[in-house]
Amino acid sequence: MLILTCPCCGVTAEETEFHGGGEAHIKRHGPGSSDDEFHGYLFEKVNPKGVHFERWRHANGCGKWFHAARCTVTLEVFGTYSAQTTEPPQDIKDRISARRPGWSWREFA
Amino acid sequence: MSTRLANGGRLLNKARTLEFTFNGKRFKGVEGDTLASALLANDQMLVGRSFKYHRPRGIVSSGAEEPNALVGLGEDARFEPNQRVTTTELFDGLTCASQNHWPSLEFDIGAINAKLSRFLPAGFYYKTFMFPRPFWKHVYEPIIRQSAGLGRAPRDRDQDSYEHFYAFFDVVVIGGGVAGLQAAKAAGDAGAKVLLMEQTPHWGGRAPVDGGTVDGQPVDKFVDGIVSVLETMENVTLRRRMMGAGVYDHGYLLGYERVNDHRPDASGPRHRLWRIRAGQIVTATGAIERPICFSGNDVPGVMLASAVRDYAVDYGVSIGDRTVVVTNNDDAYRTAITLKKLGLEIPAIVDTRASGGGALAGEAIELGIRVENGKGIARVKGKKRVEAVEICVQAGEGAALEEIRCDAVAMSGGWSPIVHLWSHCGGKLLWDEEKAMFRPDVDNAPTGADGQGFVRCAGAAEGHLDLADVLNGADAAGKAAAQATGHTPKRSKVPVADNPKEAGIEPVWLMPQGAGVKLRMKAWLDYQNDVKVSDVQLAAREGFESVEHAKRYTTLGMATDQGKLSNINGLAILSDALGQPIPQTGTTTFRPPYTPISLASIAGEARNETFQPLRKTPMHRWHAENGAYWEPVGAWRRPYCFPKPGESIEDAVQREVKATRDSLGLLDASTLGKIIVKGPDAGRFLDMLYTNMMSTLKPGRCRYGLMCNENGFLMDDGVVARLDEETFLCHTTTGGAESIHAHMEEWLQTEWWDWKVYTANVTEQFAQVAVVGPKARKVLEKLTDDDISAEALSFMGWTDVTFGTIRARVFRISFSGELSYEIAVRASHGRAFWDMILKAGAEFDVTPYGTEALHIMRAEKGFIMIGDETDGTVIPQDLGLDWAISKKKDDYLGKRAQERRHMSDPTRWKLVGLETLDGATLPDGAYATAQGNNANGQRNVQGRVTSTYHSPTLGRGIAMGLVLNGPDRMGEVLEFPKVDGTVMRAKIVEPVFYDKDGEKQNV
Amino acid sequence: MSEAVSALDGASHEGFVRVEDMGLRAMITLRGDLASATLRKAVKAAAGVDLPEARGIEVAGDRAVAWMSPDELLILGAYDAAQELRDKLEKDISGEHALVADVSDARALLRVSGGVGAREVIAKLCPVDMAPEAFGPGQFRRTRMAQIPAAIWMPDAQSVQVVCFRSVAEYAFNLLRNAAAPGSEAGLFI
Repeated sequence: MLILTCPCCGVTAEETEFHGGGEAHIKRHGPGSSDDEFHGYLFEKVNPKGVHFERWRHANGCGKWFHAARCTVTLEVFGTYSAQTTEPPQDIKDRISARRPGWSWREFA
Repeated sequence: MSTRLANGGRLLNKARTLEFTFNGKRFKGVEGDTLASALLANDQMLVGRSFKYHRPRGIVSSGAEEPNALVGLGEDARFEPNQRVTTTELFDGLTCASQNHWPSLEFDIGAINAKLSRFLPAGFYYKTFMFPRPFWKHVYEPIIRQSAGLGRAPRDRDQDSYEHFYAFFDVVVIGGGVAGLQAAKAAGDAGAKVLLMEQTPHWGGRAPVDGGTVDGQPVDKFVDGIVSVLETMENVTLRRRMMGAGVYDHGYLLGYERVNDHRPDASGPRHRLWRIRAGQIVTATGAIERPICFSGNDVPGVMLASAVRDYAVDYGVSIGDRTVVVTNNDDAYRTAITLKKLGLEIPAIVDTRASGGGALAGEAIELGIRVENGKGIARVKGKKRVEAVEICVQAGEGAALEEIRCDAVAMSGGWSPIVHLWSHCGGKLLWDEEKAMFRPDVDNAPTGADGQGFVRCAGAAEGHLDLADVLNGADAAGKAAAQATGHTPKRSKVPVADNPKEAGIEPVWLMPQGAGVKLRMKAWLDYQNDVKVSDVQLAAREGFESVEHAKRYTTLGMATDQGKLSNINGLAILSDALGQPIPQTGTTTFRPPYTPISLASIAGEARNETFQPLRKTPMHRWHAENGAYWEPVGAWRRPYCFPKPGESIEDAVQREVKATRDSLGLLDASTLGKIIVKGPDAGRFLDMLYTNMMSTLKPGRCRYGLMCNENGFLMDDGVVARLDEETFLCHTTTGGAESIHAHMEEWLQTEWWDWKVYTANVTEQFAQVAVVGPKARKVLEKLTDDDISAEALSFMGWTDVTFGTIRARVFRISFSGELSYEIAVRASHGRAFWDMILKAGAEFDVTPYGTEALHIMRAEKGFIMIGDETDGTVIPQDLGLDWAISKKKDDYLGKRAQERRHMSDPTRWKLVGLETLDGATLPDGAYATAQGNNANGQRNVQGRVTSTYHSPTLGRGIAMGLVLNGPDRMGEVLEFPKVDGTVMRAKIVEPVFYDKDGEKQNV
Repeated sequence: MSEAVSALDGASHEGFVRVEDMGLRAMITLRGDLASATLRKAVKAAAGVDLPEARGIEVAGDRAVAWMSPDELLILGAYDAAQELRDKLEKDISGEHALVADVSDARALLRVSGGVGAREVIAKLCPVDMAPEAFGPGQFRRTRMAQIPAAIWMPDAQSVQVVCFRSVAEYAFNLLRNAAAPGSEAGLFI
């Protein structure tokens, strides 16, 4: 069972306080988008072995959403950060690079 | 025979006698006994029958690894099957019974299986119970059920209580032997917050039994000393009777504390499951001695050498008068020496090593014990008790050199570190050729949230069998663990141990080495599951080469002991059969818990009235006192109806509907979700959330809205009231209150975070009462001076009203088609308001109604219900709700999805009303059949019933359903086959059955 | 007001510590920009205490302000003052983008008191480190209590207050009562 630190309230807590919300940094495609774009937005989620970016909500806590960068193999947590961003911040990317040189995820590396 | 010795028993208080019963026989033990030592003291060596062949089995170990001696412990509300006698502390009045035999332990019919053992090889069940198929239900399954399982399941409800406890430590040390004690002290000295747990009631582990000295004093004195130091350390917590059950991700650790097993009459929980977060874990869990595979190694009286020693030293019990020791290492010599010094006979030590043992062997010889090097046991003679052993050359095929009379055999095949907890969360193992053991690969530890290793090993669990190595390693592990959690270890001297130098082990996986098939068929690997050397060899021949496959095929290492004694021997035999080195075969996966833990301890507080939270409205007690028949709605309990004495559920529902339509009904609608949405962008936000246009709603007015997810599917509906320019109050379904609030927050926080909107879930702030029926206004006007006339408060309007002293917000909305007000008051005033309406409504024969009357009235009006008409695949367009979908908006959640081809497909089933030709009520969920069959040979369908009721208003069955091209087929008759084979016929009609023009609600 | 009844209606239980309903309290949810001077002034004026730090609670007599999340506070006071508190806050913050909601009746407030055992009762139900060095007066923690959301704080070293939703008040009370059963002391916090 994971422990995560909510970057919104600063509490470090076990997984039962949180609720997973799937892949992070998904761009919404609404009316006017092509079928392929919309399909990609709704259904094409990555499930990589290794570095992954996820959404979590501190459901039994401050109620805020945040992002987590995590290794799906070792469960190492590289960091958690604000949900109000469209890409992982540089310090998170640096930390991943230090631990997993040469990593990439979607368009980020 | 086994008996209590006049001397010895370092864990006993012989002054206190305890009485217990086994299979109805009364026995006496003493304080400090385990059930095992007490049974042995009473010469009760035979304690059970084996699982498959029902062979007589005796106690083989003295600890958690025991495979044979499982009993049903206790009676009635305290009965528990499969309890190991070796880990059960004796208490006065204990009752237990042996398992897996009929009619009795001494005479067992099932033992015939042993005679048939040639016909019950590995994979017997897989091979036999295959064909013919119909045999499964009536022949095979009953046979398998009859023979399955060890103990029987308890019949009565468990009377004890159980609990969890969340605790946090820098360092948790598992195992209170000398290694664990030293590691805890080293970590504690560094200032770390330490928990040291020990599964038995005693500190020190087995080192005090094994001898040697620490800092010049006997080991038990060292243990007493270090424990008394640890007890004074404020940062160290010591817990006995607490087992490290499992190690999980990120330092999560389950500690299983058997609080009251040994004193069942004490108050408090029986077990406490500690849910621990540890910065670092040190496993000082010791090692388990391996049996040796020789013919007849399961005859009662054959026991692990260390166990024989434990019973003698710790409990003053001798297993036999004449004990033959058989070993491939030096440790078993300690048993021979101990027994000899107690005055018991050791006819021979049979040592498989041609070169013999080290210093301990010398001591044994000096004591006059005969030592036979390079020899083994060819077979054990005796059925329910060892009578003699045949000695042979280990390197040969088992020709008997001589027969030695004895009544006990103490065997030692070497030691295996207990690597379970290390391995639970991914710690890797190494095969140590020299020590013939798998030990932790310390460079490949389980890693935590920070990617660093969080488990260390100490003592025998790390692979150290020498006392000095144990203490040095443990001290280092404790210091390293403290350092890893941010503490600075103190420079300190490690206690100096002195122990005889031991000669090396020579692995023995089969005895004798060239044992023929007859011997191998009686050489047991896994006592609990009756797996023999020959079974594993057969599995290998049949292609089950992976150790995981071989395990499942042969059942080696399954069931309650999970192969604690058998795994290493088994995989060595498998490796040999496959002609590959042991590390290549590897081990099966070690999974938690280490030994079985009670299910009730896992449930913890979640039992009885706290099994799950039940949500109750402020009027709940009134409902209960007035005969509510409950319906679970999410976690809420809502009244389904209020049957009067002698009235059926159906009659009560019909009465409630009629009374409401005729005069006045009252519904507790408190469970409906209520969410405040406020801010300059609130209108814009709700326009995105609802399919309707909400931003144009005027303050003081209400609007019914639909909410879809991004897939386009309808997820919730409800009435939105605009409270002021910037504030909306969104009503959701009962089940949607939390999820829709979360849905709103998700979009606000993760997509439109620059929009100025705040939400607050105020569902429980208000008790909400629907006052419904032609007399609704009349009753309310009795209670207030405020103007609630049709002009002042028109349909779909809201206003604030004071009823007596109670402030309320009144929404004039209707889910029944009647004149209707939904009135929200503060929850703490809910009951008072409910009572007020009941009193004032008496003259109108006010009738509280439940959820079923609510459902019928909405169905009569053709109103949809989320969860009935919708199932997660239905879009608003399917339900004819196009009027509630704004055409003016560029975007709303679900809009893009509803443009997808499949969503706009004209052949999607659409909502219609259904009227049976004979007025009967359609079954819920019934399908309308179409011509022909589908690819699976099933009848084609063209629609299904989504809601169906007997309408008291119309005196007939009414239904709604989704039907292919339904709205274009008015008047057509569909066929609905029932499960009883008959067919119901129903006509497609408009879904609104009652007051089509809405005149009644708009008065 | 005589008609106002808390969900537990004054229930109490004596275990190794005491578990009791604290009755009704004014509870006002305030969402807004916690850095805003206007908001801070308004809170101070209404509650009589400064804004707490993150994860903290400031208490003065029967009034208190608890930090709920980066944009949410919970203001506590006497139940009868709820309306006044709410109106005053709303008025003082009127120029700001903020939300003020009265949730006094949406909650249940319980107290576990009578010694260090109060910590143990909570530690049996919440995945929170209740050791004195980890949690104490002045801190406010939203968490999970068995199967429900709850918030806890310690008015003093001997007691813990628990707030949860009103509908599950009975469940919460039963949890705490069972966890305080005599003989079930774990003896961890001394």
